[in-house]
Amino acid sequence: MSVTTDWQKSAYISSQAADARVNVELETEGMTLNIGPQHPATHGTLRIVVRLDGEQVVWADPVPGYMHRGHEKLCEVRKYPQVNTLVNRIDWLGSFANEVPFILAAEQLMGIEAPPRAQYIRTIFFEMSRIANIALFLGDMGVQLGAITPVFYAFRDREHVLNLIESATGGRFHPNYDRVGGLKEDLPKGWIDEAKDVMNRVRRFCDELEQLLVGNEIFQKRTRGIGVITPAVALDYGLSGANLRASGVDWDLRRDSESPLAWKHADWKVWTHPDGDSFARYWVRLQETREAAIIIDQLLDSLPAGPIMAKVPVKIKVPEGEAYVETENPLGAMGFYLVSKGDLSPFRVKIRTPSFNNISICPWLLKGVFVPDIITILASLYFILGDIDR
Amino acid sequence: MLAVDFTTYGWVTALKVGVVLGVIPIGSLIFVYVFLFKMMSHMQSRLGPMEAGPHGMLQPVVEAIKFLQKEDIFPARADRLVFGLAPFVVIVSTFLLYLVIPAGPSLIVEDLDTGIFFALAVSSLSVIGVLMAGWASANKFALIGGLRAAGQLIAYELPLILAVIGVVIQAGSLSLQDIVYAQAGGEIFGFGAIGNPFVLTQIVGFVIFLMAAQAELAQTPFDMPVAESELVAGYMTEYSGFRFLFFFIGEFGTAFAFAGIAATLFLGGWYVPGIEGGLADVVGPLALGGKVMFIGFLIFWIRFTYPRFREDQLQRIAWKVLIPISLLNIVVTGVLKVVF
Amino acid sequence: MADETLTADAADAPEEVEVDSARAAVVEALGAQFGDAIVDSHIAKGDLWVRVAPASWAAVVRFCKDVLGFRFFDFLSGLDWLNNPDLSGEKVWDLDAEPTVAEPRILDRGYTGGDTRFQVFCRLINIDTHVGVTLKVDVDEAAPHLDTIVPIFAGADWHERETWEMFGFIFDGHPGLRHLYLPGAFEGFPLRKDFPLLSREIRPWPGLVDKEPMPGENVPESAAEGSLPDGADAALPKDEPKDEPKDEPKDEPKDEPKDEEDSA
Repeated sequence: MSVTTDWQKSAYISSQAADARVNVELETEGMTLNIGPQHPATHGTLRIVVRLDGEQVVWADPVPGYMHRGHEKLCEVRKYPQVNTLVNRIDWLGSFANEVPFILAAEQLMGIEAPPRAQYIRTIFFEMSRIANIALFLGDMGVQLGAITPVFYAFRDREHVLNLIESATGGRFHPNYDRVGGLKEDLPKGWIDEAKDVMNRVRRFCDELEQLLVGNEIFQKRTRGIGVITPAVALDYGLSGANLRASGVDWDLRRDSESPLAWKHADWKVWTHPDGDSFARYWVRLQETREAAIIIDQLLDSLPAGPIMAKVPVKIKVPEGEAYVETENPLGAMGFYLVSKGDLSPFRVKIRTPSFNNISICPWLLKGVFVPDIITILASLYFILGDIDR
Repeated sequence: MLAVDFTTYGWVTALKVGVVLGVIPIGSLIFVYVFLFKMMSHMQSRLGPMEAGPHGMLQPVVEAIKFLQKEDIFPARADRLVFGLAPFVVIVSTFLLYLVIPAGPSLIVEDLDTGIFFALAVSSLSVIGVLMAGWASANKFALIGGLRAAGQLIAYELPLILAVIGVVIQAGSLSLQDIVYAQAGGEIFGFGAIGNPFVLTQIVGFVIFLMAAQAELAQTPFDMPVAESELVAGYMTEYSGFRFLFFFIGEFGTAFAFAGIAATLFLGGWYVPGIEGGLADVVGPLALGGKVMFIGFLIFWIRFTYPRFREDQLQRIAWKVLIPISLLNIVVTGVLKVVF
Repeated sequence: MADETLTADAADAPEEVEVDSARAAVVEALGAQFGDAIVDSHIAKGDLWVRVAPASWAAVVRFCKDVLGFRFFDFLSGLDWLNNPDLSGEKVWDLDAEPTVAEPRILDRGYTGGDTRFQVFCRLINIDTHVGVTLKVDVDEAAPHLDTIVPIFAGADWHERETWEMFGFIFDGHPGLRHLYLPGAFEGFPLRKDFPLLSREIRPWPGLVDKEPMPGENVPESAAEGSLPDGADAALPKDEPKDEPKDEPKDEPKDEPKDEEDSA
């Protein structure tokens, strides 16, 4: 391990010292604080070593990897349907959305197109996983800031979405519904009407939160102007999803990439916000949740009839080639770079996860920030540990 | 008849102190159950504890027993004496608050002439306890919490006191019993049936007092010292067992006491229009209890709804907003008192 | 721009090579600027791959960002073209074949070719034209050094750290190559193909089915054609005992976690 510069040395020592839970003071001023890995504010086992001067951060160093499961190595020894199950666990709150880019990459290489009904239903479930994921964020950001009530409303309304997913796929969190060439099975009877009811609830929930949190003066004071990310820096770090759109960059893979999924069949809007602060990130995600409900409503109305699965060989052998498919997942832009050598397993899968890039901006972003604002910024960037650590 | 005269000052005082020592945990447990367990839960569309006793009514008692039987942990590097004493300092400060709150014409431990002054003075003793806890815990999170608490509690003492001065000017006395009588005997534009609760004329003072009390109790939106999602439990992080229970009872007991003080100062205390003398000694505590629950409702409703302020925003509000307004309130009250 | 390009493609008569004008323009600009340093390029399925000579890696990336407008840094990672020793490459999961130990050999290196076992690839996206480019570069096995692109894209910091810890490539000029995911004293580079997947060394993967049913054979009634992927029905809990007990692997401690013999 090459440790040469002073910064490297001090970073290494402080990470080891913080690891040993010893109050090692490297300099006379400044206190090295370990936020995590067990901490109520981090969504899982993320550790951030910060050096404080009073209540201000001098430098911050996120230490991921407490949940590294080696997805990329594991994918190389799984057959394609088995990779599906594995990949579900990356972003576990909106887990259907993880299956989709991989399946699309495999379909692209095989030259298969799923039938329209399957594409519509895939899009519906994709947007539902977006709702499930971001509804939790909307409540959770309140908790990080001290408003402990909205998160219960979030969980309550999220339950309805999860029940919908369960009734169609059998799994609340890990649906395992997508297959190369289509879906596992068709929707159960009465599902569409139930889904429309749930979407009404989701819209009401968004309105409720808009009043409760967004309109709250204390919330605004805590989030406006905190953690401003300029568009150029955001692009440099590869920020994606709502984080990027909250900095004013109008880029949404659902609209801008040539995706076979059914977003182009619905009339919906991409939300951006010019400020780039924590409030903007919260606001954009709130609007996106509502927009997801709108998309689902439209797609439910125009759902085509037809088969749910294309003609796919029994053994899925993806021909030799490379493909990269990136989709607008709830957390950001998630992509699978699939290298296939014509086997039943992938040769190499590079998983591009949104939270990895989103958190890599922390050292730059957290400089000079107050301790309570660290929590606000982390909450607004919104990551899932499985997404960072893979 | 036993050869002990129970009417001597010693025995009466012992009785009063015993009652207060009983009221503190009962009051705080009632607060905990009604507001923390049930009101918060219902606001969050869930039921709260339902198992222990009917509708979970025995849950606070069960929790108290649970804390009492836990191991008394001292962190290895903690300063044992200071660490051990901190909860006691906080609970002593709570206890002293109850000495001057009247629950009836003769139901007061000691009717000090400097009633409210004494109450506010002893309530600030808890700052020392908090600082002791934060420092002696040998834990960086606790230290940060303790320092934040010290800054916040000291900053919000001033609006608390200044808000009360308006009431004192209007009542003409510092004694809490006299303040109740002033409200009881007062008139609103000649209409004397319900007395003159100072909340009507001192509405500004009432609001400022509630805000400052919210900060003194370290409740959201002023709960930076105990910011649960950042500092785990702030200055209380390293405490467990009965010491944590003391902090907990201190927190809710002080809430009960402050609600009692607010009810006495602004809502008329134990006075119920039309009831005088001996009957008031029976009805008074109930009336005061009702008013205390109302104020508690306000305090906890705000606690469960709002996010928390950041430390510097908190200080800015205290120094730049609350103090000037309360000074203005004093001036206006003084002028109006002389004029009318 | 990409939209009109692809609709133009659809309108064209199907040719051997479809004209993707946006991406072709990118290749042209790169070729004009760097000449020989652009070793190979490939446009397929609405995507673009470009292989670059190692010496001009940083320069090409900077050119892409500053001049060609690829300002969004997607990711950077590595490729190891050695065949996977656990699986024999072509005959994977063929349970009737004799178990073989795969000779380590370097496989064909994908779209834009390559000369070395290792490659680094990086993806950049132009968010105005919605064109993405995957830049590939060879990395020498004996001396796996490559220029860092952290001065160009600050976000490459973590990606290069991860690539170093997983593959062992050293990025010259990186502010601090240290472990990102792995604990401090970890030895070895996990994503290299010769780094063993220990769970496979000990016993075969339990999801491996003993015998794949031919289409129409041993398929439960409930499964309609094409609705269950291959082998999934064998993984479902069975009511009646089948002739392939699942604890078969325990009897044969083997290094190669492949073919279990049918006990029936």
